[in-house]
Amino acid sequence: MAEVLLENINKNFGKIKAVDDFCLQIMDKEFIVFVGPSGCGKSTTLRMIAGLEEISSGNISIDQRIVNNTHPKNRDIAMVFQNYALYPHLSVRENISFGIRAQKLPKNEITSRTLEAAKILGLDELLDRRPGELSGGQKQRVAMGRAIVRKPKVFLFDEPLSNLDAKLRHKMRVEMKKLHQQVQTTTIYVTHDQVEAMTLADRIVIMKDGKIEQVGSPDEVYHKPNSQFVASFIGSPAMNFISGTLEFLNNRNSLICDGGEMIDLVDWPDLVGSKLTMGIRPEHMELKTEKSSKVINTVLDAKVSVLEPMGHEVIVTCDSNVGEVIGKYTGNTKLKVGQTIHFEFKKENIHFFDENSGKRVS
Amino acid sequence: MTDYASRIAYLERIKPTKIIIWTLLFLGGIVMVTPLAFMISTSFKTGADVFSLGIIPKNPTLENYIYIWTESQFSRWMLNSLWVATFSTASVVFFDSLVGYTLAKFTFRGQTIVFIAILSTLMIPTEMLIIPWYMMSREFGWIDTYWGIAFPGLMTGFGTFLMRQFFMGLPDELIEAARIDGWSEFAIWSRIAMPLVVPALSALAIFHFLGNWTAFIWPLIVTNSPELYTIPVGLASFNGEFQTDWEIVMTASCLATLPTLLVFLVLQKFIIRGVMLAGLKG
Ligand SMILES: Nc1ncnc2c1ncn2[C@@H]1O[C@H](COP(=O)(O)OP(=O)(O)O)[C@@H](O)[C@H]1O
Ligand SMILES: [Mg+2]
Repeated sequence: MAEVLLENINKNFGKIKAVDDFCLQIMDKEFIVFVGPSGCGKSTTLRMIAGLEEISSGNISIDQRIVNNTHPKNRDIAMVFQNYALYPHLSVRENISFGIRAQKLPKNEITSRTLEAAKILGLDELLDRRPGELSGGQKQRVAMGRAIVRKPKVFLFDEPLSNLDAKLRHKMRVEMKKLHQQVQTTTIYVTHDQVEAMTLADRIVIMKDGKIEQVGSPDEVYHKPNSQFVASFIGSPAMNFISGTLEFLNNRNSLICDGGEMIDLVDWPDLVGSKLTMGIRPEHMELKTEKSSKVINTVLDAKVSVLEPMGHEVIVTCDSNVGEVIGKYTGNTKLKVGQTIHFEFKKENIHFFDENSGKRVS
Repeated sequence: MTDYASRIAYLERIKPTKIIIWTLLFLGGIVMVTPLAFMISTSFKTGADVFSLGIIPKNPTLENYIYIWTESQFSRWMLNSLWVATFSTASVVFFDSLVGYTLAKFTFRGQTIVFIAILSTLMIPTEMLIIPWYMMSREFGWIDTYWGIAFPGLMTGFGTFLMRQFFMGLPDELIEAARIDGWSEFAIWSRIAMPLVVPALSALAIFHFLGNWTAFIWPLIVTNSPELYTIPVGLASFNGEFQTDWEIVMTASCLATLPTLLVFLVLQKFIIRGVMLAGLKG
């Protein structure tokens, strides 16, 4: 059980700045997820916490103790790697106990802890198999077993589920969450998959080019993204963006789009004259087949171009005079390709970002 | 009925190209085996019959074997060879893989230079090294000692290179995982890395052992007293200045081949895999 503190961490590989002034306080028992596109420095940050990579500058503390120059084995952490890193020549039992055997614990303690970990992960039946005889999900579980048997202060996971197929990934995600609820060890989890991040995290750290873009609960990063990057990264299908300039015309605020088109905005903040990008999530585009008589929301007219039925909802890709937009539709009326529809969006669901900096405004 | 039909089908499958290939292989086999057959046959001949070309000895005898075992120091030479080859093979397996591992899995200043230096030793033929080795041995008093025979083969550039290449293929995560778990670097090497390169290691060991078993020039030069001869040197000592007792030489050769044959029979699987791994001819 421990707090992890990262203060102004930098990491350079020659000229490449892999991690740039990374500051973060991770609470005891917290499940924190680093998410971002490939190459943004997630693994490097994790490896620096593990001690597998030296830090160029800054301070890393685990449980109030600065560990900048501490050997990995003395940091009391356990790490699970993307490709599991199981020892192919050892049985599941030996793989799981390998970590505690180094600590010269009494034999019966090693045995009981190995069995306990195997039980938690449902590996009891497989203890005498070799990794080569296991399925992907089982290998993954052995890798986790190797981590929990150590009873470390901090778990580090580097994309542990990305080698599994979609169905298994969901199952393991649930098990991961259960496991964390059970053992309550501080966990730092790296992934490029925003769904994993949203579903697992207490707090999400969204990274881009070695920098933190936003830290927040899944709710916060979803409802109040700090930047256009975060907005586009979180959520699927991705948020719709429309760029333009906010003007006050004919007694109302309008967004004059880059193409010259105009969207009337009902009840808008005082940002007249700014170059802005407006963002609306597909699930917040309320789809109407007929125009409401009383205009209370902002309306965008569009023409259906592609329909993707998902069972409980339909993803509707449309052409509009501001470009392609995507919406989600859960209504009963059958839509047709080519049909004209109207998207309405409420004020609270619209995000504005500065067009140059990408930062959130309002 | 069906048996007959399948035989016909079998015969029909024998194509002319196959017949040619078989013939060539057969001829090749004869060329390879004939000298061996003569060696074995001569070892059972009496001195008078040596130059009669028949493969079956006219008066088969075990006298040569008895002579070698009782009158010469052959058994001593066998032990010498065994000792030197085993010792140097063990040393190569240990040191070549240790250095190969270090070159593959660590980064340190001067790494490239060390690697290139080791590689460049592969381009120097043994014959060129004999004089410096000899001068060195004389300086250190290693002449006519086991150490003197063995020292040039205690580490090899080839083995280091081979092991480095294999360790390069080992995922870093395996090593890092063990490091986080608290194992020492030496334990990681011996418990994780080594077991995973056993095929390469056994190939290296077999080649080195056989190479050492048949090594001739250096043991000949560095030894003076017959008690220290290795088998190839001992064999050569049977060649007299004016005449050679061929039946004795052949008998000794037969005996010298036995351990090699044994190695091959026991480790056949490993040798074939090793040849494929190392991309070498045996
Ligand atoms: N050992 C290394 N040597 C040089 N550059 C590296 C090394 N490791 C990572 N990098 C670079 O650092 C950046 C971040 O990498 P990484 O942390 O692996 O990203 P992520 O895990 O987010 O995909 C990348 O640009 C990558 O090329
Ligand atoms: Mg990564």
